[in-house]
Amino acid sequence: MAEQLNINTSQDFAATITARQIAQLERESRRENLGRSWYKFSRNILSILGIATVLLLILLAIFAPYVTPYPKHAGAFTDFAHAKQPPSGQHLFGTDQIGRDILTRVVFGLRSSLLMGVVVLALVVPPGVLLGLLAGYFQGTWIDTIIMRITDIFLAVPPLILALAVASVLEPNLWNGMMAVSLMWWPWYTRLVYGTASQLRNEYFVTAAQVTGASTWHILFREILPNTISPIFTKMSLDVAWVIIIGSMLSFVGLGVQPPEPSLGTMVADGYRYLPDQWWIMLFPALAIVVVVLGFNLLGDGVRDMFAAEEF
Amino acid sequence: MTDILTATDLKKYFVIGHTGWPKREPITVKAVDGISFTMHEGETLGLVGESGSGKSTVAYTTIGMYHPTSGSLRFRGQELFQADGKRPLHLRKEIQIVFQDPGSSLNPRRNIKEILEMPLRIHQPDKNRLEQIIHLLEIVDMPPEYMYKYPHMLSGGEKQIVAVARALATNPSLVILDEPTSALDVSVQAKTINLLLRLQREFNLSYLFITHDLSLMRNVASRVTIMYLGKICEVAETADFFQNPLHPYTQMLLSSIPVVSEAEEELKPKKVISTGEIPSPVNIPTGCSFNTRCPFVMDVCYKIDPVMVEAGNGHTVRCHLFPQPASASIDRPG
Amino acid sequence: MSTAPLLLEIKNLYVHFAVYGGRLNVLDGVNFFMRSGEKVGLVGETGCGKTTTMKAILRVLPMPPAHISQGEICFNGRDILKMSSNDLQQVRGRGISMIFQDPTAALNPVFSIGEQMEAVIQHSAERGKPSSRQEIHRRAVTSLQEVALADPERLLQSYPIQLSGGMRQRVCIGMALSTSPELLIADEPGTSLDVTIQDQVLRLLRTLVEEKNTSVILITHTLGIVRETTERVYVMYAGNMVEVSATKKLFANPLHPYTQGLISTVPRLTGGGIASGISGRIPDYLNPPSGCRFHTRCSYVMDICRTEKPPAYRVDEDHEVACFLYRDKNA
Repeated sequence: MAEQLNINTSQDFAATITARQIAQLERESRRENLGRSWYKFSRNILSILGIATVLLLILLAIFAPYVTPYPKHAGAFTDFAHAKQPPSGQHLFGTDQIGRDILTRVVFGLRSSLLMGVVVLALVVPPGVLLGLLAGYFQGTWIDTIIMRITDIFLAVPPLILALAVASVLEPNLWNGMMAVSLMWWPWYTRLVYGTASQLRNEYFVTAAQVTGASTWHILFREILPNTISPIFTKMSLDVAWVIIIGSMLSFVGLGVQPPEPSLGTMVADGYRYLPDQWWIMLFPALAIVVVVLGFNLLGDGVRDMFAAEEF
Repeated sequence: MTDILTATDLKKYFVIGHTGWPKREPITVKAVDGISFTMHEGETLGLVGESGSGKSTVAYTTIGMYHPTSGSLRFRGQELFQADGKRPLHLRKEIQIVFQDPGSSLNPRRNIKEILEMPLRIHQPDKNRLEQIIHLLEIVDMPPEYMYKYPHMLSGGEKQIVAVARALATNPSLVILDEPTSALDVSVQAKTINLLLRLQREFNLSYLFITHDLSLMRNVASRVTIMYLGKICEVAETADFFQNPLHPYTQMLLSSIPVVSEAEEELKPKKVISTGEIPSPVNIPTGCSFNTRCPFVMDVCYKIDPVMVEAGNGHTVRCHLFPQPASASIDRPG
Repeated sequence: MSTAPLLLEIKNLYVHFAVYGGRLNVLDGVNFFMRSGEKVGLVGETGCGKTTTMKAILRVLPMPPAHISQGEICFNGRDILKMSSNDLQQVRGRGISMIFQDPTAALNPVFSIGEQMEAVIQHSAERGKPSSRQEIHRRAVTSLQEVALADPERLLQSYPIQLSGGMRQRVCIGMALSTSPELLIADEPGTSLDVTIQDQVLRLLRTLVEEKNTSVILITHTLGIVRETTERVYVMYAGNMVEVSATKKLFANPLHPYTQGLISTVPRLTGGGIASGISGRIPDYLNPPSGCRFHTRCSYVMDICRTEKPPAYRVDEDHEVACFLYRDKNA
C-alpha cells in the first residue's frame, strides 16, 4: 500500500520545471490577479474618484504640518486682531473666533478623524470576525448561542447612547472616544461573518477539508475566511466613513478630542453659534466631513465591484 | 480477492423535524434503510439511483461525514465507526471522495496549489510540498502552470481533474466517485473517465462509482448495484445486468435512457416505461417501496417488503416476482 | 423539403463580450433558420455559444458587456434586433416562449404557482383586450391539466418549494405553452431531473407540441434527447454552426469531424468501452484560432483550415457542413 503512489520521489523534476520558473509563474499570476482586480474596480469612474479622494486626504493628514499655511494655528494660538475674518487670499477658509486659520485646522482635524477610523476598525474587525467565524461554523451548538446572544445584547443598546455613556464615564480624550466607539461596533462584523460562515460550512470544499482530517483552525482561516473577505472589506471601507461621523458626533458633544486640538466635529459645534454671519466657521469643517464620507463611500463601492465574481 | 469495503445492514436515518404539539413525534427520513454489500479490492462497483435513493448518503457515510444510525461498515475488515466518533488519520487517508459539482468542491478563493496543498499538509507534513504538487499535476496530465490559477479560470472538466488530484494526494486505496462527470459535457466526460481508469490501473485503486447514467455504468463498472428509496433492489455483474435486468425498477430505468443508436434501442426494455413520481423519502410506502409505480404490482407488494434473493451467477434481486424465503412472510412494514 | 414560411432566421450573427484582457469573440457569424411547425435541435457543449444565441434571440443578453456587432434575427420576417421595446414585449411570451434548465431557479419561490401563471397569461393578453380574472384562472387550470398535473386547483395555491423537480418542470412547460406561442425554446429541459422523470417530461413535451403544432428549438448537450425529439439538428462549436442535418441522417452519417468526435464519445448501452474523446480544449475566445475554429483539435486538419473559415457546403438536400473536407461535394 505504501508503494502505490510514489509522490515522494524527486527523480525527474529537474527535467520538467525549475524552481526559478515556478517563482516566475507565481510573479506573473500575482500580476495578473492585481490587473484583474484593478479592471473590475475601475469600471466605474466614481470608484476612481473615491480612491483618489481618499489617497489625497490621507496624504494631507500625514503631511499636515508641511502643506498647511499656518501650522501653528493647530495648537494653542490666539490672534484676536484677525478673528472672524471671511475667506480671503491670506486665509482661504477664513479665520475662526479666536483668529486661527480654518484651512489649517481643517487639515489637522482630518488627522484625528482618519486616525479614529483606522484605529477603531483595527480594534474591532479582528475580534468581530473571529467571533463570527466561530459562531457560524459551530452553528447550533452552545458556542453559537453564547456568542450570538452576547452580540444581540450589544446590538440592542442604541449605539450612540452606548458610546456616549462609555465616553462620559472615562476621561474625555481621543483615545477613550475610540474605545467607546469600538465597543459598540464589533457586533456588526460578527453578524456579517456569522451569516456567511454558517452558509459556507455546508459547501463541498469545506466537507472535503473535513473528511481529509483538516484541523478546525485550517477550516476557519484557510477555507471559510477567504470567502468572507469580500463583504468584510466592503463593509470596512464604508465603515470608515461612519466611524468618522460618530467620532464627529462625540466631539460635537464635548467627548473625544479636547481643545485646542482641532477636530472636525468640535469645529462644527463651535462654528454653529456664529451662523449666519460668520458662516465659514462652520461650513468648511462640515464640508470636510462630507468629502471624507463621500470619498470612502465611493471607494467602498469600488471595493465591492472588485470582489464581484467574474462571469467569464 | 479481499474485500475492501463491507456494509452489513447499514442504516442512516435523519430526523428533520417534529410533528406538532402535543405528540411531538420526530419526522424521520430513512435515507439508507438496511443495505448490505461487498466491494472487492481493485474493482469498480457501480451504484445507481435517482433522487431519494440514498446513494449519496452511502457515499457520505463511507467518507465519514455521517455516522450510521445502525449497522456496520468495514474497510478491509476494520470497522470504520468507532464508539468515540473520530476517524483516525490513517483511515482518512485511505478513503477519499470526488464530489459531483466541480464548481463548489474547490474553494473559489484558493488557487490550485493551495487546494492541493491541504491534504499534503495534513498527511505528509515533512516532505517538499511543491514537488509533490507538481508531481500530482503530472499524474493527471495537467501542466504545472495551472498551479497559480483559480478555480473560476478552469473549465468544468479541469476543475474535476483537480478534484481527482486532490483525492489522490493522500495515497488512498478506495476512492468514492459521486457522479464525477454528471456536470460535464460528453466529450470532457470521456477524457475524465479515461483518466480515472488509467489511474485505477496505475495505482490499483478501488472505485465506488455513483451515477444515474446507466450508459456510462455499462462501460465502467464491473458490478452494478441499483438503489431505490434507501434500499438495494438489484446487484449483478455488468454484462449480466444489462442483458437480463430483473427488477421492474431497473427495467424502468433502462427504458428511460436516451440513446444514440438503433442497436441500443433494441436493448431497452419495451414493456416497462416510466410512470409516476418518486415518493418522498419522508413518506416511504409500506411493503415494497416501489409499489406506487410498479407495472407488475401484486397484493403482497403492499404488505410485505421483499428481501434479497439469489437469481444465479452472483445476480441478486429484491422483488416478490422472485421466490422469497419462507421467513419473509412475516409481516414487516417497509 | 417543406415550403412553410420561415419562422425564425438568424443571419450572420456576431456577438462579443468586453472583459479584462480584451474581447471575447463568442458568436462568429451564426446562421440558423427554421420553418413553422418544425422541431429543431441545437447541440453543443458548454461554452459553444448556444445559450448566448438563445439569449440574443430574446434580447436578454446583458448589453454591456455584450455587444451585437453584426447580424439579423428575423422572426416572422421582422428583425428582432431592430424592434422597439413595445414590439419586443409582444414577441416575448406570445411569439416566443422559453423553458429553462433549472425549474427551481425559473420559478419565484415567494409567489404561488397560480400567481406566477396568471401573471404570465395576463401579460400575454392581446393589447386592448384585457381578460377577466376568471378567464385567466380558467386558462391557468387548463394549462396545468395539459401537462398532466393532478388537482390543478390545489396546485395553483401551492408554492414551488412544495413541488418535486419533475412537477416544477411541468409547471414551467405549462406556463410557457399557456400563451400559445409560435415558437418554444427549451434550454436543456430535462437535465436537472432524474432520468425516469426526465423521460416522462420529454414525452409530455413531445405530445404537447404535436397537439398544438408549436415550433420548438431544443437546446441540449445530450445527444440521445436530440435523437428522440427533433427532426433537424444544428451542431454548434465555438460560436459557429458546423453542421446541420435531418436528425436521423446526422446520427447515421455525421460528416463534420467535431460531430463525429462528439457522437463517438457517448457511452453506449451496448458496451464497447469509453472513446478517447476529442483532443484539446474549447478555444479561448480572447484569442480564437484563425481560420476554422476547430482546426486545432481536428485530426483531418489541412493547410487551408488554418487560414480560412469554411463556408457551409451543401452536401445533400438537407445536410450542410462547414468543413473544407467537403469542398468538392457541393451538391
